[in-house]
Amino acid sequence: MQKKFGGPAIFLDRSDINTDEIIPAKYLTEVTKDALKPYILEDLKLEGFDPKGEKLQNATVVVSRENFGCGSSREHAPWVFEVNDVHTVIAESYARIFRQNMFNGGMLAIELPKGDIDQLIALQGAGDVNVSIDLDAQTVTAAAGGEEKQFSFEISQFDKALVKAGGWVEFADARY
Amino acid sequence: MGKTLAEKIFDAHLKDEPFEGTKVLALDRVLCHEITTPVAIADLEWRGKDRVFDPEKLKVVIDHVTPAKDSKTATQAKILRDWARRHEIPDFFDVGRNDVCHAIFPEKGYIRPGFTVIMGDSHTCTHGAFGAFAAGVGTTDLEVGILKGVCAFREPATICINLTGELPKGVYAKDVILYVIGQLGVNGATDRVVEFRGPVVEQMSMEARMTLCNMAVEAGGTSGVCMPDMTTVEYLWPFIQDEFTSKEAALAEYSKWVSDADAVYDRVVDIDVSSLEPQVTYDYKPDCVKTVAELAGTPVDQIYIGSCTNGRIEDLREAAAVLKGKRIAESVRGIVSPATPKIFQDALGEGIIQIFMDAGFCVTNPTCGACLGMSNGVLAEGEVCASTTNRNFNGRMGKGGMVHLMSPATAAATALTGVITDARTL
Ligand code: SF4
Repeated sequence: MQKKFGGPAIFLDRSDINTDEIIPAKYLTEVTKDALKPYILEDLKLEGFDPKGEKLQNATVVVSRENFGCGSSREHAPWVFEVNDVHTVIAESYARIFRQNMFNGGMLAIELPKGDIDQLIALQGAGDVNVSIDLDAQTVTAAAGGEEKQFSFEISQFDKALVKAGGWVEFADARY
Repeated sequence: MGKTLAEKIFDAHLKDEPFEGTKVLALDRVLCHEITTPVAIADLEWRGKDRVFDPEKLKVVIDHVTPAKDSKTATQAKILRDWARRHEIPDFFDVGRNDVCHAIFPEKGYIRPGFTVIMGDSHTCTHGAFGAFAAGVGTTDLEVGILKGVCAFREPATICINLTGELPKGVYAKDVILYVIGQLGVNGATDRVVEFRGPVVEQMSMEARMTLCNMAVEAGGTSGVCMPDMTTVEYLWPFIQDEFTSKEAALAEYSKWVSDADAVYDRVVDIDVSSLEPQVTYDYKPDCVKTVAELAGTPVDQIYIGSCTNGRIEDLREAAAVLKGKRIAESVRGIVSPATPKIFQDALGEGIIQIFMDAGFCVTNPTCGACLGMSNGVLAEGEVCASTTNRNFNGRMGKGGMVHLMSPATAAATALTGVITDARTL
């Protein structure tokens, strides 16, 4: 089943945010996804960012810069997003394993060029940013205050099929 | 037009191409450890599909925290153990026979040229040293691998790192790979295979090649890879001697797993290593690399020698050569973790363990342990570790801790002085 995408966004304006920052290794001893929930982005050092803050609690979209999710292969990183209802990440680029893990779990790792991310981040000036996603049209629409911006994104047919199927296990099980 | 090794492996293993550009490959090896596999097992059970595609092709180890340090890690180990027994997986390594995954699986001869290998672990790229396509994956890919024996990839382009010249004395594979990552950047090889070639690689042992390939992922690479040659055959010979009439015959067979001379690369990077200096990382990204000379004198609290990067017998020999007959500085703690029981035993036999103990090192059992900040040497807030591992992320070896990555020789020299030190200056 396809997940819900879009919603209030939080901006992590830094490149190379790694999986240790998204979910520290000490929580890898958990054997359920739900147990990870309170520890989202716990070790992220970023000016103005509070892992316990309301902004993160409300967010269902994360926007970031280059090489998002680099480091370990731990799927705990997409999972900690998933259990916090963050099903959409928008960034300039991703580490391969993280990106695949997102799609494998039926979630979206959208890539936008730097200029678009700059505009998205600038939109915060107008107020809290709300993002909506049209997967078929391949567009991201961001609104804040009275302002609205639209960007189109590329997604491979395979990744789209995974999102529609609800993930790689569903897709592979039906096919192989 | 010629093909790269990765392209040849993709062609030979192609099972499906559901969409253009997406290749679903048949897998020769699915490797499992206790951190990323239990959730896959639980999900398979929940789906009513608690099966494995081929128990012979699964290789399973408890390595990250072993022996278990608390009830949670004991539970993870138990889930993996029960599952391995339930499915009669013959190659399962538990306490007493276990170790660091990327050290034991090659050591047991499980990885061969031309193989496709996945594991729920980013440093799976290590196994490319044997001329295999070996990629780290997440738990979902692992789960499908376990159930169906397949994994999907975008066919990766290849970056060729052509290493020429001669490695100076006291400069090692670890220095080479740190330098390469510094050149490529942490995402310079994303969605790429990093192929290590040239006379320098040809002269390297399998251990050194594994050190190179191990850190390909730190530049974002999908897999590292080296061309199989006589060194590969010699290493594998105890495991393949029944398959081939001679080493030459094995070499002839494995030689089909090399990139063609006219293969098309995404990029070729030529590096002459003749004047390379020992390298070390600063800051919290593995591409923040300087020469040891530039960071010399930086105080550290702990020395860690081990891991899938540099916990093999050659690494221990290099460190022991520096430590022999000396004592580590009063201000530091030294920890060494031989990466497998066999390495431990070889080190015992060669007197290397004695050298470490005489120098004041704590010798731990084979485990990942401190490398990812889970046990056996976790750092306190504000502490600094000189480490032979592969990741210097903020908090990697313990919250608030700082890690400098370096070769075993540099780590040993640093242990003796208590500050980052070029072993050649001692
Ligand atoms: S030794 Fe470190 S890098 Fe290697 S597999 Fe273990 S935790 Fe990962």
